[in-house]
Amino acid sequence: MNVVNRGFLGRRDPERVELPPGQYLTRDFPVLQAGPTPSVPLDQWRFTVRAETGAEWAWTWPQLLALPRERPTVDIHCVTRWSKLATTWEGVSLDTLFAEVETVADYALVRSHGGYTTNLPLADLLDGQAWIAFGYDGEELAPAHGGPARLLVPHLYFWKSAKWVSGIDLHHDDEPGFWESLGYHEYGDPWREQRYTDD
Amino acid sequence: MTEPAVRVRWLVGTVHSVRSETATARSIVLDVPGWPGHLAGQHVDLRLTAPDGYQAVRSYSLAAPADGQRVELTVQLIEDGEVSPYLVDVVLPTEQVELRGPVGGWFSWDPDRPGPVLLVAGGSGIVPLMAMVRARAAAASTAPFTLVYSVRGPAQRYYAEELDRVDGLDLRMVHTREAGPNGRPPGRIGPADLDVALGARVYVCGPTGFVDAAIALLLAAGHDAADIRSERFGGQP
Ligand SMILES: Cc1cc2nc3c(=O)[nH]c(=O)nc-3n(C[C@H](O)[C@H](O)[C@H](O)COP(=O)(O)OP(=O)(O)OC[C@H]3O[C@@H](n4cnc5c(N)ncnc54)[C@H](O)[C@@H]3O)c2cc1C
Repeated sequence: MNVVNRGFLGRRDPERVELPPGQYLTRDFPVLQAGPTPSVPLDQWRFTVRAETGAEWAWTWPQLLALPRERPTVDIHCVTRWSKLATTWEGVSLDTLFAEVETVADYALVRSHGGYTTNLPLADLLDGQAWIAFGYDGEELAPAHGGPARLLVPHLYFWKSAKWVSGIDLHHDDEPGFWESLGYHEYGDPWREQRYTDD
Repeated sequence: MTEPAVRVRWLVGTVHSVRSETATARSIVLDVPGWPGHLAGQHVDLRLTAPDGYQAVRSYSLAAPADGQRVELTVQLIEDGEVSPYLVDVVLPTEQVELRGPVGGWFSWDPDRPGPVLLVAGGSGIVPLMAMVRARAAAASTAPFTLVYSVRGPAQRYYAEELDRVDGLDLRMVHTREAGPNGRPPGRIGPADLDVALGARVYVCGPTGFVDAAIALLLAAGHDAADIRSERFGGQP
């Protein structure tokens, strides 16, 4: 059945940039989250990777900042349909952190301060695809946008880029995170429009 | 925390009736054959298709609890917006739009919950909270409900007559620019407006800036972050 809304013209994007299906461009940086913004004191901040064996690797805030930094410029796509192009970040590549980690697990469950979790294949965090970001647009990352540090994994819908990230658990099996157990897609590729569970 | 999977199929909704809420907002009642039902607080994705095939999708909260295949939305006009001007000023009864959902299960209230609830709405953020007020009435729930509803002035208030008539609802209007009949001087939402016993389940909804301000007040008043659920409609970054 084809519905046509006469009288609806739409506002096409004058710049005609290519966006994933169903997305529109925004110049704002909207904030979306399920509850309050947690405050994370830097002297207590830790980033912990727990392997499937139970082994753990942890970094304090000064240890994280001492690692080699990268400045990725990436497009981000939120499942609530806004996309923002050429955002600039500063952070540490997960390749750098995982250089020390011994694992044969296939899946990662990302944890945040405040209890949020999100899941994705470990392969999507490696090979230059993901960062622990603490800078945005030349400034410190604001708490509302996930500061002091958030995961940045821009090739997936932005809910996978967990704010206030605190660590990663590695598993042999995929385990749904917060939004994923509320009906959102377990992988979330914006170019394949994987918004909801069965998309 | 497992919720039923989101329905992903697009359904066709036929506009049954429309009702003006304010000069710039209207409620749209739709019949949606195949609608699977929903919880108060959930929303739909709504899709419009231009004659040349161009499509745009936005999210709209369900304004009333599930009633068979009938669903109700309330849309605020955003002057320079793409989708809301069509919904507020153009679409007419018997015309069709596409919908899918329900979406979201976190920001929802179940009438089986007996505990006290604090609802905090800024502008069109009243919509999913009205669904909770209506669900409470429909289920004859006696859960204590407080609704703090912030609008610029009395003329911006949605569901005005209905809200005045709800039994057992502690309604606290906040008028930010023009005084209303309740004697509260105009001004932004403050600690006194939100004063309820700690431990209530809190739902906050509205433009991003409003939600952030309300949550800061609630945390300062001692509410536990785990009791607060919020939905941001966009607007200010
Ligand atoms: C989960 C969810 C539920 C929602 N429920 C409702 C609802 O029940 N009723 C309702 O009216 N809206 C609701 N919204 C907002 C709605 O989805 C649209 O964003 C809104 O109708 C504007 O769409 P538009 O196409 O007219 O404007 P756009 O073309 O998308 O935007 C035009 C301009 O308006 C700004 N803008 C976008 N949204 C808002 C806003 N809410 N307030 C102020 N400025 C804005 C944009 O930044 C942009 O500058 C909801 C949003 C979400 C995420």
